[in-house]
Amino acid sequence: MTATVAIVDYGMGNLDSVMRAFEEVGAKACVTDQAPEIEAADFIVLPGVGAFPDAMRRIRDRGLEKVLEDQVLGEKAPFLGICLGMQLLATVGLEGVETPGLGWIDGSVRRFVPTAEDRRIPHVGWNEVTPVGSPALFDGIAPGTDFYFVHSYHFDGAPPDVVATTPYCGGFASVVGRDNIHAVQFHPEKSQRHGLRLLQNFLKF
Amino acid sequence: MLKTRVIPTLLYREFGLVKGERFDSWRPVGSAIQAIKVYNMRAVDEIVFLDVAATPEGRGPDFALVDELADECFMPMAVGGGVRTLDDVRTLLQVGADKVVVGTAAAEEPDVVNAASDRYGAQCVMVSIDTAAGADGSSTVRSRCGRQDTGRDPVEFALDMEARGAGELLLTSVDRDGTMTGYDIETIRRVADAVSVPVIASGGAGSYDDMARALLDGHASAVAAASIFHFTQQTPMEAKQHLRSAGVPVRM
Repeated sequence: MTATVAIVDYGMGNLDSVMRAFEEVGAKACVTDQAPEIEAADFIVLPGVGAFPDAMRRIRDRGLEKVLEDQVLGEKAPFLGICLGMQLLATVGLEGVETPGLGWIDGSVRRFVPTAEDRRIPHVGWNEVTPVGSPALFDGIAPGTDFYFVHSYHFDGAPPDVVATTPYCGGFASVVGRDNIHAVQFHPEKSQRHGLRLLQNFLKF
Repeated sequence: MLKTRVIPTLLYREFGLVKGERFDSWRPVGSAIQAIKVYNMRAVDEIVFLDVAATPEGRGPDFALVDELADECFMPMAVGGGVRTLDDVRTLLQVGADKVVVGTAAAEEPDVVNAASDRYGAQCVMVSIDTAAGADGSSTVRSRCGRQDTGRDPVEFALDMEARGAGELLLTSVDRDGTMTGYDIETIRRVADAVSVPVIASGGAGSYDDMARALLDGHASAVAAASIFHFTQQTPMEAKQHLRSAGVPVRM
């Protein structure tokens, strides 16, 4: 049976590309902010670009926090956060005004501190992703493969939840996860062959 | 290590892609959708798509066209041409642009840069800065597809855009555009050294060596090019092979 993917729409950013990428790897994807559709889906994806406080407000305004918690924390539906959708899982976001996140993964979201070597913010372009161990999300993807990033803030998490790292401004967590929760800072939907492979791997959970 | 991007620029006018010289004398160079499919297949790092007729014709972006192109584009795409309002930015992101390029509006109504950056984040706001030398030889910023001299210094303008929330600067030399005589290294270096956001060098690439110079001497973070890919046998992949041997980190 075809896997169904609910791409959660909270009014932030490029949902079309995420939907197209899931269709490309054979899933049936829908963009939705409706609880019944999110409940019915096999997989839940939280994408997004934009500012952390604005995003959390929109998620709460649309009443999405409860259905996401019920499905992901309660029912253990496989979940993928992308870019801002990864950052929102943190305990707290420090972009602009300090804002509580969904709090599913311990950590904070903070702005990159430039180094002499990496002095330009945002971090834009292709950079290496190196998993810690061999997570199933990276099946068939060599350690150090380049994925596409475009962001100024990053997830500052603790080791057990850090699934992969990327070398910029001293290194940061580019993938975090715990049980059925997976979250990537880069854009798999824009990372060509390897990005599509990662989405395929996700659909096997 | 973050890789240096080689970015084909696609210019759109009327029904297809064009390439001109010094923002003029446009020649048709094929279909946009075909070009995107080919660059997809070749796994290029990113593309910049600019509707060069929008501002001169006094209209906004063609959202239906961008929607159609984005559906075929599994690589990052920056889209510009005719972007004037926050609504333009929102709709372009909705139909599949990853970044929005603000050009003339950045010079004439720059608050749209602040608004877009506050709402969607600096990372999806690219400001396009076109420069050309005036009568006294010094470079100034041009708007309206190169036709209007704003009189502003490129460095001062770039710092203003960075402060307003631009996340990237696409710095194009009108004088070099389409000539394949090399980038305007001096202006690129002045701007790249002054700002902390990535600067994409554009206008004038005629050889892979020109690209290496814009990166190594001009301190750009990425290079954009059009004519070299349309009118010669040179390709983004070969460009990256050359850059790698010149010591520039690239994604192969």
